[in-house]
Amino acid sequence: MTAIAVLAPPDALPLPVARAGGPRLLAGPRIDGGAEALAAYRARLGRRPIGGDWMLDVVERSGLRGRGGAWFPTHRKWRAVSRLAQERGPSVLVVNASEGEPLSGKDQLLVEKRPHLIIDGALIAAESVGADDVVIYVSRAARRATRALRHALAERRHDRISEPRIRIVHTQHRYVAGESSAVVRRVNGGPAKPSFSPPHPSERGVLGRPTLVQNAETIAHLALIARYGDAWFRERGTDAAPGTGMVTLSGNVARPGVYEVDLGTSLATVIGAAGGALSAPIGLLVGGYFGTWLGPERGAAATLCPKHVSVGCGVIGMLGRDGCGVGESARIVSYLARESAGQCGPCVHGLRAVGEAMTRLAAGDADRGDVIRIHRWSDQIVGRGACNHPDGAVNNLRTALETFAADVERHVSGHPCAGLGTTPLPAPPRSAFGWR
Amino acid sequence: MSGPGPRLRVNPIRCDGARYCAEIVPELIGLDEWGYPIVSSAQIDDPRLLRLAERAVSECPRVALQLARLRDRDR
Repeated sequence: MTAIAVLAPPDALPLPVARAGGPRLLAGPRIDGGAEALAAYRARLGRRPIGGDWMLDVVERSGLRGRGGAWFPTHRKWRAVSRLAQERGPSVLVVNASEGEPLSGKDQLLVEKRPHLIIDGALIAAESVGADDVVIYVSRAARRATRALRHALAERRHDRISEPRIRIVHTQHRYVAGESSAVVRRVNGGPAKPSFSPPHPSERGVLGRPTLVQNAETIAHLALIARYGDAWFRERGTDAAPGTGMVTLSGNVARPGVYEVDLGTSLATVIGAAGGALSAPIGLLVGGYFGTWLGPERGAAATLCPKHVSVGCGVIGMLGRDGCGVGESARIVSYLARESAGQCGPCVHGLRAVGEAMTRLAAGDADRGDVIRIHRWSDQIVGRGACNHPDGAVNNLRTALETFAADVERHVSGHPCAGLGTTPLPAPPRSAFGWR
Repeated sequence: MSGPGPRLRVNPIRCDGARYCAEIVPELIGLDEWGYPIVSSAQIDDPRLLRLAERAVSECPRVALQLARLRDRDR
């Protein structure tokens, strides 16, 4: 269990991350001290191995899954892209660091503090899947991350390291901009909006080429797996969820922030490492805005395992007794409605309708008919967008209505929670303008 | 026709709710309250329904409706 400000043990060269229990991605110099410089990074980890076919088996044996939220087995994506690259010519690798999830901070933190880990991972991945175009995809709002990346790339040029050129592509900071087909459209110069699939980006992505879109944290793990192997990776976590993972805690917790923890750890332990809850928790939002609300009992019993709860991108939002779960869900669903790419009727109209009805319910202005309509609309919306944006929003509101069922009853009787006006979780940001 | 029948599939980005499809084959296509089609994902084996489905596909002004045989990798 590791808080972000942990100091790396000074005597731990050359394999400090191999030490049981310590941080892996966040090993190295103090996290609050700026980006790790190339010289320090090289002294700590040495030069990177060259990627290739050999990595496909290592990644498969490691059990690594995508940390952007979907937990898709990484080796399956790699094999698909690698095979198509052999058939049709060079593929494209995109590191997805856009992190549109408002409650998550891990990807930006990694890019900002460990840019060389991201760059090494990207190059190893590119070599392994036959890519000759390497893109790092970053939100335009993440200025410090962009600065760290540009500086790190300049350090490598200055050091005359011979390696493929890496280009940075910016996107407007939007919730759906990180969806893989939206990533491809943006990298192709278009808007960061999802497209209808199939074909999946792995088949027809950037410039029509097979394209691997991989989350930044996943890429960082790969930089270490390539060095230390799959058995090392599995020394942490569980069989079902091997390795460490990055989580972001917010809301009703003593020390909110980004932590690196063993997967399979109980949420109670993770929260304890962040100083514990500030007041008796009434609910947890696990997995981000698309995630699942858990009541205190289920929350205490849950572990950080994608087979157990919707870990998603590792977000844990805690609601204390001054909060209102119905109100939080209404705020989030309304934000997601505004963040719709505006392409699909069921998402545009359906999310707006459920968002407005949830807002009325939160304020105590809804009747039982509204609750019935929320459920009916939710059932109608699911599965009918080009991407899973509407499905994610519905997952949030359905689990909120279930977890906070007693509160829903009070709201329907015209007695909203006292905590309605407060924002125990960080409030959704204002939506950005434009899509590029 | 051999093998399992095709399924209707709508491209929700192209679809702008013209509603013709639901009039042509209401057995397979309903409408939500905003006029967008809710398309049955069942395989169509009945020849009569299949003819109607083909007509719905050809009459969609946005070319948003497809009849597709599901491949494994389409997940």
